[in-house]
Amino acid sequence: MDLKYTPEEERFRNEVREWLQANLPAERPEVSESENMDEWMAFLRNWQRKLSDAGWAGIAWPKEYGGRGAGVNEQLIFTEEMARAKAPNLMNVSIGIELVGPALMHHGAEAQRRRYLPKILSAEEVWCQGFSEPGAGSDLASLQTRAVIDGDRFIVTGQKVWTSWAEYSDHCILLVRTDASAPRHKGISCLLVDMRSPGITVRPTRQITGETEFSEVFFDGVAVPRENLVGEINGGWGVAMTVLMHERGTSAIGYQIRLRSELDELMELAKRIEKNGRPASADPLIQQKLAQSFIEVEILKYNIYRSATQIARNGSPGPESSIIKLFWSEMDRRQKEVAMELMGLRSQLVRGSKGAVDHGRWQRAFLWSRAGTIYAGSSEIQRNIIAERVLGLPRG
Amino acid sequence: MDFGFTPEQEMIRGQAAEFFRRECPTAVVRGLMEGERAHSEQMWRKMAELGWMGLVFPEEFGGAGLSMVELSIVLEEMGRVLAPGTYFSTVVLGGLLLQSAASAEQKRRWLTPICEGELKATLALYEEHECPGPEGIRVRAENIDGGFAISGKKFFVPDAEVADLIICAAKTNSAEDRVTLFAVDRKLDGVNITPLRTMDQTRSLYEVSFESVRVDESCVIGSEGGAWPVIGRALDLAAVGLSAQMVGGARSVLEMCVEFLKTREQFGRKIGSFQSLQHRSADMLLLTESAKSAVYAASCAASDDAPDLPVLASIAKAYSSEAYVWIAGEGIQLHGGMGFTWEHDVHLYYKRACADASTLGDATHHRRRLAGLIGLG
Ligand SMILES: Cc1cc2nc3c(=O)[nH]c(=O)nc-3n(C[C@H](O)[C@H](O)[C@H](O)COP(=O)(O)OP(=O)(O)OC[C@H]3O[C@@H](n4cnc5c(N)ncnc54)[C@H](O)[C@@H]3O)c2cc1C
Repeated sequence: MDLKYTPEEERFRNEVREWLQANLPAERPEVSESENMDEWMAFLRNWQRKLSDAGWAGIAWPKEYGGRGAGVNEQLIFTEEMARAKAPNLMNVSIGIELVGPALMHHGAEAQRRRYLPKILSAEEVWCQGFSEPGAGSDLASLQTRAVIDGDRFIVTGQKVWTSWAEYSDHCILLVRTDASAPRHKGISCLLVDMRSPGITVRPTRQITGETEFSEVFFDGVAVPRENLVGEINGGWGVAMTVLMHERGTSAIGYQIRLRSELDELMELAKRIEKNGRPASADPLIQQKLAQSFIEVEILKYNIYRSATQIARNGSPGPESSIIKLFWSEMDRRQKEVAMELMGLRSQLVRGSKGAVDHGRWQRAFLWSRAGTIYAGSSEIQRNIIAERVLGLPRG
Repeated sequence: MDFGFTPEQEMIRGQAAEFFRRECPTAVVRGLMEGERAHSEQMWRKMAELGWMGLVFPEEFGGAGLSMVELSIVLEEMGRVLAPGTYFSTVVLGGLLLQSAASAEQKRRWLTPICEGELKATLALYEEHECPGPEGIRVRAENIDGGFAISGKKFFVPDAEVADLIICAAKTNSAEDRVTLFAVDRKLDGVNITPLRTMDQTRSLYEVSFESVRVDESCVIGSEGGAWPVIGRALDLAAVGLSAQMVGGARSVLEMCVEFLKTREQFGRKIGSFQSLQHRSADMLLLTESAKSAVYAASCAASDDAPDLPVLASIAKAYSSEAYVWIAGEGIQLHGGMGFTWEHDVHLYYKRACADASTLGDATHHRRRLAGLIGLG
């Protein structure tokens, strides 16, 4: 057991740091994804092109698909250095890089990997994830969107909901039912769908923050080439499981880093905000709460490190990745509740209002923290998985 | 970076787990609880033969030269079975303090016999008023011809009746009001030891009063008046060690609960299929695994002599304290009426959890300290 980085890892860290110093754009649009989305996307695409040209996107991906062929630790180091430099994150990480990547690497055909993976890294193509449906959320296996084989193509009909980034996506990794008579888990397939195909309608859905990050997506007789099937026909559940496991595991390092830098900023905020005639940071109860958040965010990091070592040794995150998902999403909520408490009456004020603290960003982050315990498997679902699959309790 | 155990470390864990399973089953723990001192000389001997007394101490003083990571592994396994005895007092409180504070000659005098299993030690630090800083030390050592005369009272001294050596923190006139550590032979005149009656009977705590106890200058550990910084580091290590024991205890309670949930039936089904109990079990696992991460990270920091040891020690102690108390409390609840009986073991864990949580700084104390360390207040 050794928490120190090896000399090679330190060399890698220096290389990343130097490259970032030399290449990080000095000017960037104000970070507001909701308001000037197009400008922001154009900026991100440029930035990511630069990163991928220099071989920094997809650190742990094989070289033949545009990656660097390095290990999990290098991925952690890279993510940490990006955060330290306050560099804008890669685009579409949470879906393209972290979900579609592993899905294709584990289950995809060689031609699919060569066709799609490099363009994820270069941000030429953005992806969305079409899993949830109006009748199939936590109970994903009950999904109804149908795909029937018609010669050398599938014809897809149905509806997806809560599809993040759908408006901006080039492709969708889609779960469909291909055999209605088979047991639920055995009649599902996974398709790669061009979002510009005729018959697709995207209707944005307004969220509690007022944003429209997700959409409803309707499929009306959409033709998908047969070669876009991932893995076996009716083998989609295995692909979905790979995706969900990655969605819940070490990819959480990105969340950890965000939560840590938000905590640092909250501590600064506590020094600026005055309560009862002194800085809030001098209030013992506030100190206790911020210190607790610090404890949690640091432990999250070490939970992820342990899991990374597990992956480096055994190749894949186990159902234990549910612990990490549960931990970060719940602690995010607690942290943002502290932010609201710090702001007191001003916690009511949103972006654009006179007197809003830090342009309303904490208030927005507070609302967003309610999403993490729902998407990628709700907290209840994670606890079910931990109880039944990790602890081996009898099924409920 | 490799945040997993090496095969050698796994071997130590396996050996420790097997040892405590065999030598320290509940029947033994309960037997020792009923006794006077919660200590078994026989178990002590066997642990010494396995080389565990000197595990973390340098080879030149008779130890095995391993790190805090290995020590935490052994402590975790001890915590799993609630092993009574003076191992923690001798090795973690006494030994680690000697290791960082004592001169080479003093180490040969006291640390080597500890490594050989010939000497037991403990630390007399706390006094009547709970206070984590040097202000809390009121025991005085008057300068007398050729040495000192120590007077005053210490509370919560673990294992004082079996320890051969009591390391006492006191203030001397000559070093103004700074703290000095004295190595005091328990058998000296004027050392009076009174047992305290504790909720957790697996550990023995005492009041130790010193009435003009005379010690010579060679009993000053390290330098006169220079003890506080060393004590600070030793307390960090002890907090990590105690947290490792708490993790072990939490693991046991969870194992106990899962076993019960899989077998007990009500309403015609295994109670483990009730979701409210499943979810609490899941939270128990989350807390246990997270406490492990904190303890292992702090142990690595200790073995690397990393500057963030104080931060990691406080993280580990604060988190494990609350996790263990909650888990053991849920443990009682999940067992129903059986959980409220003296016969069932879960209350032993609950009592140990409460005792550990309040020892070496509770969660609130460590959060307060962290707030200072990370630049608040
Ligand atoms: C911001 C956001 C972005 C999202 N992005 C995407 C995306 O890009 N692609 C995509 O496919 N989906 C996405 N989702 C959808 C998300 O995966 C689902 O919302 C989630 O799986 C829950 O499903 P549901 O909404 O149907 O709720 P339901 O499954 O109906 O759950 C309702 C409540 O019941 C609880 N519940 C359900 N089953 C159980 C059970 N067995 N035991 C105990 N409690 C249970 C749930 O925990 C929840 O509290 C997104 C969601 C959000 C909030």
